[in-house]
Amino acid sequence: MSSLSILILAPLLLFSFIATLVGIWRLTWAYIAAVIGMAVALVAAGAGIFRVLTEGELHHYLGGWPPPFGIEYVLDHLSAFMAVIIVFVGLIVVIYPPEAGLYYAPRKGVPMYGLIMLLIAGLVGVIVTGDLFNLFVFLEIYSLASYALITLGGDRAVVASFRYLVLGTIAGSFYLLGVGFIYFSTGTLNMADAAQRLPPLYGSPTIMAAAALIVTGMGIKMALFPLHVWLPDAHSYAPPVIAAVLAGIQIEVAAYVVVRMLLTIFQPQYFIEVLPVTTVIGWIAAAGIIFGSVMAIAQREFKRMLAYSTVAQVAYIGLGIGLANPLGLIGGLLHILNHAFMKSSLFLIAGGIRYQTGLHEIPQFAGLGRKMPLMMAAFTVAALSMVGIPPTCGFFSKWYLVLGGIDAHNWVFVAVILLSSLLTAVYFFRMIEKLYAVPSSGDPAVEQATEPSARILVPILILAIGIIVLGLINALIVTQVLQPVVALLP
Amino acid sequence: MIELFLSRYVYLMIVILLVLGLYGMLGKRNLLKKVIGMNIFQTAIFLFFIEGATKLGGSVPVIDPQLGTEAVKYVNPLPHVLILTGIVVALSLTGAALAFLIVIYRAYRTLDDKSIMSIMKEMSE
Repeated sequence: MSSLSILILAPLLLFSFIATLVGIWRLTWAYIAAVIGMAVALVAAGAGIFRVLTEGELHHYLGGWPPPFGIEYVLDHLSAFMAVIIVFVGLIVVIYPPEAGLYYAPRKGVPMYGLIMLLIAGLVGVIVTGDLFNLFVFLEIYSLASYALITLGGDRAVVASFRYLVLGTIAGSFYLLGVGFIYFSTGTLNMADAAQRLPPLYGSPTIMAAAALIVTGMGIKMALFPLHVWLPDAHSYAPPVIAAVLAGIQIEVAAYVVVRMLLTIFQPQYFIEVLPVTTVIGWIAAAGIIFGSVMAIAQREFKRMLAYSTVAQVAYIGLGIGLANPLGLIGGLLHILNHAFMKSSLFLIAGGIRYQTGLHEIPQFAGLGRKMPLMMAAFTVAALSMVGIPPTCGFFSKWYLVLGGIDAHNWVFVAVILLSSLLTAVYFFRMIEKLYAVPSSGDPAVEQATEPSARILVPILILAIGIIVLGLINALIVTQVLQPVVALLP
Repeated sequence: MIELFLSRYVYLMIVILLVLGLYGMLGKRNLLKKVIGMNIFQTAIFLFFIEGATKLGGSVPVIDPQLGTEAVKYVNPLPHVLILTGIVVALSLTGAALAFLIVIYRAYRTLDDKSIMSIMKEMSE
């Protein structure tokens, strides 16, 4: 028994109310409230992962009702790992100044900080809950918050957000229907209890339908290729600071739900042998990696390129799930962490460039490298990590994925990873060349560009330094945190 | 065949509603009709949960000394509670969707998907 899991969630929910209320009066106060709430939650999440590493799983029974009757919150290696990532990126994003994050200073009364806190609270709730229906509720809480946040990007963003709302509702409803099938077959909603009652029912078509519905729903939420159609519009029209949260951590949480289904609720053998779920995910992820990378090369607009790159990068996580061997899944889970750092820093840089110069198309960036050396250095680090060059962290997740592919004798997946690294190199090196090698075209926006203020630079630099640090300590993360998670796999 | 139909007709209705809702969300061009489809789809899922909880001749789930404590004599209360939460979620989603539609209509003067697409293209050129 430990209430740490609820202590991560409580400050987020509490300060989302406080930030909304004080934000009506002064935006600065909402900013301060959000930073305090995130910092408290980060301390709790840090304590959580520390105690999980020393003591093992932590359980908290809501209202004192023991499972399977009451709702249980569980903090194990996987959820503690995810919680730290989510709250850390959340803290960086709320520190980033709103005028750069939104292209304009938000009006008084725009509940941006309250909604970001609610989004992070929903994500953490999905991570810590041990109850299938409770997961659905948090899923819809974070979805609603993200629909509202995307609309801050203007009229086009509202249309994109509406499309996302329709598809996201289908995804959530599929999940709910799947949970209904599991509940009426086993009579329980508790994940650990369901895991014990499910094995005798594995042959039943109801359970097969439940697994298929839940995985399809989460496939929509994590934008796995052919189900990614909502993502490019929603992420490129959303304000940069919102896109950083959505691409960095929001879609990865759906991947977490799939991993949770694979490891905890159904036994791995079920998804690997009885139902070919992992095989299907693996192959569509491989197709998604190539598709996303090729589409990213074709884009002129920086944020749209990043959005298509997200389609490719999230498919790496899908590929790790698809390989379903320990090394492959370690690669997938490590990529959740790495992608959170890389993509959120890139979106924050996109916001910084737009705020300093008003530019957003890649061809216009020529010569910016010398005008803002620190921010462009951070961009270069993130870009190298996206391509997968050591010692940045992006190299190591691809390394484990390749090892997993070799382990499974799946040479097509290995080839896809290597090919997509080349394609990623094409679209990022093209940008690096524009920034440093191509002389400025004399555009006044570039000529007068200066390094942004410290408030914009500090969050970006923290993430850039984090990318290198994570690369250096990756062995520690893998042995301490991720190896216990994948111990269940054959 | 007829007996199977008679014993399972509620589920058949639920499937019809689910398909109808999906068609509304994905097949209709008018954004408001998509919202209506969304509501039909969610209501079908609610019906599925409620139907799963039903027991013919079951009583209110409060222990009655005359009926004893056997679970078969009472209707299962849990799905009702879940669906109460589900209705709240559906309501907030509908509210958000309708608010978005107002903004879209003010900006583009139409709720037709294809027209909005062509107006967006014109504006960006």
